[in-house]
Amino acid sequence: MAKALPSWSALEKHELFPQVKSDDVSRLNFLTHLNMHLAGNVLPGVKIAYENKVLPEFINEHGREPSDRHEVRVAMDDNSYLQMWSAMRRNTMEMRHQLGRSIVLNDSKNITQKVKGLIGDGRNIKLDDDIAVPYNVSAVDVHCQPGCYYTEYFNDDVTVASSYDIGIFVTTAGLLGGLSDGGGQGLGTWLAKEHPTFKPKRILDIGCTIGHNAVPLAQAFPDAEVIAIDVAKPSLRYAAARAKALGVHNITFMQVDAENMAGFADESFDLVTTAMFWHEACDRSMMSILTGINRVLKTGGLTISLEQPQYTDKPVYEQFIRDWDTLNNNEPYWGRMHERDLVQWHTDCGFDGSKMFETGVVSKVDENIFGKADSNSEDFGRAPVWNAFGIWK
Amino acid sequence: MEFAEKLALANTKAKGKRPEYLLDKQTEQTLSITMALAMELHAANERVASLECLLEQKGIITRDELNNFQPDSEETAKRSLDTQVYLNRILRVLDQEKQAMATNDESVSEVLEKLKD
Repeated sequence: MAKALPSWSALEKHELFPQVKSDDVSRLNFLTHLNMHLAGNVLPGVKIAYENKVLPEFINEHGREPSDRHEVRVAMDDNSYLQMWSAMRRNTMEMRHQLGRSIVLNDSKNITQKVKGLIGDGRNIKLDDDIAVPYNVSAVDVHCQPGCYYTEYFNDDVTVASSYDIGIFVTTAGLLGGLSDGGGQGLGTWLAKEHPTFKPKRILDIGCTIGHNAVPLAQAFPDAEVIAIDVAKPSLRYAAARAKALGVHNITFMQVDAENMAGFADESFDLVTTAMFWHEACDRSMMSILTGINRVLKTGGLTISLEQPQYTDKPVYEQFIRDWDTLNNNEPYWGRMHERDLVQWHTDCGFDGSKMFETGVVSKVDENIFGKADSNSEDFGRAPVWNAFGIWK
Repeated sequence: MEFAEKLALANTKAKGKRPEYLLDKQTEQTLSITMALAMELHAANERVASLECLLEQKGIITRDELNNFQPDSEETAKRSLDTQVYLNRILRVLDQEKQAMATNDESVSEVLEKLKD
């Protein structure tokens, strides 16, 4: 680590932030540094183990190099250095969540009251008790987040959402900026630069969790009506309160299963966005949701999604490392999503796939505080430089 | 919310069978405990550093007073609760293994199979 990392304390403490004592700040910063150390110092050793030991043995046995990431994974499975890196990386995720939960639970009464107060008349939130959490969300707790985004432990609970909000810094080393909303900020910046005349009046953000993507979009288009949907009650509650705390009043957070958007009229949105959403879907929902997006999107409108890069054309070793999250970070659909043929998928869902584009969207942060991403120590799967893919209808 | 309930909730295991990385379960658990200890030691070091800065700045107490400090009964009780939180955090992996043994989580591979088509 050549330069000092930002402290967790640099995050903007909006009204909903729990009280965090200095010891817990130390722990949060320790985990941040540990993540960077693992990415920058230990992960390169995994590559050395592959290139110097595992790959030559594979070639010796098969007379060829591994043809895909699955062969690399099987060949690497017994490598002790990989096992150690994996075990430690898994632990940092688990430790982050344990720490986040313990901080939030200690201040839960206060947080819950603030959420209620900010939501007030409830005009910016619409919950629906009839919405069930789909299997692809409930089967395992995604990215080892106990309770995922939807579990409630008491009335009006927002524990899982609040813990996510304070903990994401640890995983991204602050590269998402002061409000951990660098993705949405980046998208707004990209639209302003590349499509300055595009002024969407109605925006739909799907799988919004706590609004990290929807809020900056609402700020970028203050005259637009933004609808942000998710199936997770605590996240929607927290998101609605957080948006108000940040002075953003043009978003309505709605409990809607993206696979059933019957409540939205045909051609009723100019812009439909997702951020780090598709990799938590499944084959069926990827088809039905994108087909639904096609239906609700106006002709001439744009749908754009932020994700980590697709595996296409990447060396098989890098694909293997990028795919770590599938089996090790409770992201069962991660690999299948990242190997999908995006053009074919859009075509199958009714779009003209030939119009699809991919671009890089860089998380917009205050570099004076948070620094810049170091490409030499990319923590694959956590990079703040996101792949955006989209299509104009 | 009761203290005991907060402890239990803080250590909630993420749903989904945990992968095993190392030679055996005990080694796995020892690594987890060691990593938690490393974090706690870091926090303790930083707190001591903060204390020393503050004490030096304010000229309040001497190192000898620090070395000979005796907590009163209220402080002793508070430290007992802090110690319980501390052990809860360090021994998380054993707590979560206990939860795992009581449930029958699907592995991510099994879920992945079900999510296909």
